[in-house]
Amino acid sequence: MTWVAILGAGVGCYLLKLAGLSLPPRVLQHPLVERVADLIPVALLSALVAVQVFAEGSRLTIDARAAGLAAAVIALLLRAPFLVVVFVAAATAGLVRLVFPGW
Amino acid sequence: MADPGRSEPFAVDRRAIVRDSLGVGIATGLYGVSFGAVSVAAGLSVLQTCALSLVLFTGASQFAFVGVAAAGGAPLSGALTALMLGTRNTLYGLKLAPLLGLRGWRRVASAQVVIDESTAMSVTRESREAARTGFLTTGLSVFVLWNTFTLVGAVAGNLIGDPRTYGLDAAVGGAFLALLWPRLADPRNRVIAVCAAAVALGVVPVTAAGVPVLVAGGVALLAGLLTPSATDSTELPGR
Repeated sequence: MTWVAILGAGVGCYLLKLAGLSLPPRVLQHPLVERVADLIPVALLSALVAVQVFAEGSRLTIDARAAGLAAAVIALLLRAPFLVVVFVAAATAGLVRLVFPGW
Repeated sequence: MADPGRSEPFAVDRRAIVRDSLGVGIATGLYGVSFGAVSVAAGLSVLQTCALSLVLFTGASQFAFVGVAAAGGAPLSGALTALMLGTRNTLYGLKLAPLLGLRGWRRVASAQVVIDESTAMSVTRESREAARTGFLTTGLSVFVLWNTFTLVGAVAGNLIGDPRTYGLDAAVGGAFLALLWPRLADPRNRVIAVCAAAVALGVVPVTAAGVPVLVAGGVALLAGLLTPSATDSTELPGR
């Protein structure tokens, strides 16, 4: 099932790219389509942040991951590059777990 | 575009474009390490992880796919989320098509490297030759390095044992936030981001894993329908 999803998503993502290069620009340049397509990454990424950090299965929770996210915010405010942000988030959560093993 | 009168300045320009594009390619390719490590931590095999980088080859969609898997969501939810995030590549393609002027097999082959970075490194160019140079150099260097470093990250991730000890589960949230961050400069996007996060968390207790993120996609659709065009939606992130 995972393989089907990987290949399905892969073929789908490729076709989305090819469609952009192939369709006449008018087809997708409707202002509403552009606006929604612009907002989709914002909404999805934000939701992914929230769910990755504050959900545990179907339960909401605050644990070491929240500390990792806070550290990521600080790193981003300091204009750290992507890899540093990811590393800081992981290292902070790891440290918090080391000190408070229950988290 | 092979105008002899312009070939010399372009030769200078070309070196600069190639250098900048390779810089972007190397920086982006290195993220592949974090993707590889996060993906095996989410329970995917090394082979599946590498397949995601090869066939999806669009970072945010890949992180979304493994993020949903990590939360215990159905692979289909992960695939749908990945596809929704992949729609922005269609818009990039629409902007690139007249600039690059690719036909036939060249278009079919180039489509896979239509991503954030290759678009950003070519849409600002003044000639077709310069746009193609930026697009192909960035696209190919990201492709090679992203896939190489995915493998490195996946193998390393498998060797280190329980990923939670190193906070790798928190790395996913950090990665998504870093991808989202440049878009938050726009006040309207901040409102959308807060609404989407609230809606997603609101439905977590009542839906299967993976579904909350898809529901948040509905927020974007609704907001697009309800708000007038307030900003220049043709602006690319990272420019």
